[in-house]
Amino acid sequence: MELLSGAEMLVRSLRDEGVKYIYGYPGGAVLHIYDALFKEPALTHILVRHEQAATHMADGYARSTGKAGVVFVTSGPGATNAVTGIATAFMDSIPMVVISGQVPSDMVGTDAFQETDMIGISRPIVKHSFIIKHPSEIPEVIKKAFYLAESGRPGPVVIDVPKDMTNPIDKFEYSYPKKAKLRSYAPATRGHSGQIRKAAEMLLAAKRPIIYAGGGVVLGGASTQLTEIAKLLNTPVTTTLMGLGCFPGDDHQFVGMPGMHGSYTANLAMHHCDVLIAVGARFDDRVINGAAKFCPNAKIIHIDIDPASISKTIKADIPIVGPVDSVLNDMLAALKDIGTKPNPDVVASWWKQIDEWRGNGKLFPYDSGDGSIIKPQTVIETLSEVTKGNAFVTSDVGQHQMFAAQYYRFNKPNRWINSGGLGTMGFGFPAAMGVKLSFPDDDVVCVTGEGSIQMNIQELSTCLQYDLPVKIVNLNNGALGMVRQWQDMVYNSRYSHSYMESLPDFVKLAEAYGHVGIRITDLKDLKPKMEEAFAMKDRLVFLDIQVDPSEHVYPMQISGGAMRDMWLSKTERT
Amino acid sequence: MRHIISLLMENEPGALSRVIGLFSQRNYNIESLTVAATEDPTLSRLTLTTIGKEEVIEQITKNLNKLIEVVKLVDLSESAHIERELMLVKIKASGAQRAEIKRTADIFRGQIVDVSPSLYTVQLTGTTDKLDSFIHAIGPASILEVVRSGVTGIARGDKILSL
Repeated sequence: MELLSGAEMLVRSLRDEGVKYIYGYPGGAVLHIYDALFKEPALTHILVRHEQAATHMADGYARSTGKAGVVFVTSGPGATNAVTGIATAFMDSIPMVVISGQVPSDMVGTDAFQETDMIGISRPIVKHSFIIKHPSEIPEVIKKAFYLAESGRPGPVVIDVPKDMTNPIDKFEYSYPKKAKLRSYAPATRGHSGQIRKAAEMLLAAKRPIIYAGGGVVLGGASTQLTEIAKLLNTPVTTTLMGLGCFPGDDHQFVGMPGMHGSYTANLAMHHCDVLIAVGARFDDRVINGAAKFCPNAKIIHIDIDPASISKTIKADIPIVGPVDSVLNDMLAALKDIGTKPNPDVVASWWKQIDEWRGNGKLFPYDSGDGSIIKPQTVIETLSEVTKGNAFVTSDVGQHQMFAAQYYRFNKPNRWINSGGLGTMGFGFPAAMGVKLSFPDDDVVCVTGEGSIQMNIQELSTCLQYDLPVKIVNLNNGALGMVRQWQDMVYNSRYSHSYMESLPDFVKLAEAYGHVGIRITDLKDLKPKMEEAFAMKDRLVFLDIQVDPSEHVYPMQISGGAMRDMWLSKTERT
Repeated sequence: MRHIISLLMENEPGALSRVIGLFSQRNYNIESLTVAATEDPTLSRLTLTTIGKEEVIEQITKNLNKLIEVVKLVDLSESAHIERELMLVKIKASGAQRAEIKRTADIFRGQIVDVSPSLYTVQLTGTTDKLDSFIHAIGPASILEVVRSGVTGIARGDKILSL
């Protein structure tokens, strides 16, 4: 057997696990590891400019490929800078393995230079974490970390590695385990067949059913099964912010996303449904509005891999714990076995009602104005058109995120990448970089705002170094749009610290980093300049688009109300 | 309602902090907690008592089960069980009080485990209710110090919590 040091074992284990990319930043505690990495040609390391960006890049990689992203950070500030990205991944159940350096074992607890209790700091935001106690454990811990991160309900795993564990002088026998052995961890592999059959019968008997699909369908790779069930039953489908793309966005059965900024049609259909089937969705507070008034007439079927998600905020009538793909396969089999179809008259009358709510056919109608100023909604519609709905779209957090979710037509899963749970500004750009690295031939766009983009703008430098030609669509309204929308609606337009004063010249900034900057101020330039940007396949293009600063995101649910209680514009409400 | 949750977890550093962290992170209430290694040195047995609505207790057990280090869990209060808590109490005991305190300790089947000219130290085991009653019977004026171990328990009959 080969003798390797802890650092060499760590790097070799990652290679043997099939890892291709590592996102990170070196420092004292991880120097042995970086030295081993230097000698390992199979792994590509991307040097970011801030550790937060490394975690978001790994996250973007994970969301687009389904595999765990890998991050290297040093102890102390390296580790704490990674915390926001770990929390972002945790809230959206994204697989990630973060390897953080630590001061040598005998100095732990002495307030040593660059020491921080990473295991303690990250405890509430990881699926699990490990401290390396002996170098020989490294291969087994790495195997376990990937298994935990990627199986069941995925999530981030932290491995804290004291520097003496990677000492190049101490060598040990290396072998990479084939399987992770964890006696206390066994995620469900099948749903309960009796419950699945009951759910199938309930769906067949329903008068006003609706499918409410979440990020779990994307993570669980169950889009095909979900679409098949929806087609078989001719049921309307609403997908959450995290679930966009798991059902085709241009299909007539798609009624838009639900919730705070969900479509009028989706929110009304949910409110009036008699059977709600939640698939890989967790009844988030941004979806359900007031829990007490949620879907008053609905029986709830809830499918989730995580038992703790079931009946957490909304009680399920038929809970089904299991992987969504396997449960939906079993449900399809049950539906075919029962053999009956929903009553066509009942289905037709439900669709008649839904189409009445849908009105002119646009899920998110808006006033496009007289063309003197660019509306942010128009920018996203144009982006959807120019990229033919095929781009990977990442976003930051705020109004632009909601506009992107509402107006881009996502027809495939894993193409819409945003921080839904934690709501992390600064996420979109590094996430786009992580996607671009794995999908160099696809269009990768970061939809952002002038507030969010400045939270990780230093990564323009990383893009130059590694040739990552993403496109940045900056909806520049000169203010923190979502904050200001609330200040308009709730605080009598007192704009407390929501202006972005002294904005940089983004075009010059992009150019200073060696990229292309294009400013768009006139509506007639929007499409041609966007096309010009996307034609530059091998260049990062920063599109700085001046949009209407007075625009609000609608619909907006009225806090504490039912699903159907919404503002539809500045003056109309339901 | 009060619940006694008993679990087996990996006897590893950091496992206990995950259990405790879960309670503060999710705003669950924790009344008492005891933990020690079992006959199998790789496992610890942890017993905790908590008070909450049924929905909350359900979430507590689900989230405890989700912790990677938790191997098995049982809600003892869901069926017949034995619960015990150990208490050591220092009680002012001089003059006529001495005999009275000894009598009360006897009634509660407590033992006097240490004596000084002015006080008794009484050891008492039983349910939480019984220990509370003893303190009430002695009266707060005489009590100098109380140490309680927290509740531990085991199911009655053939039920066994093991791997």
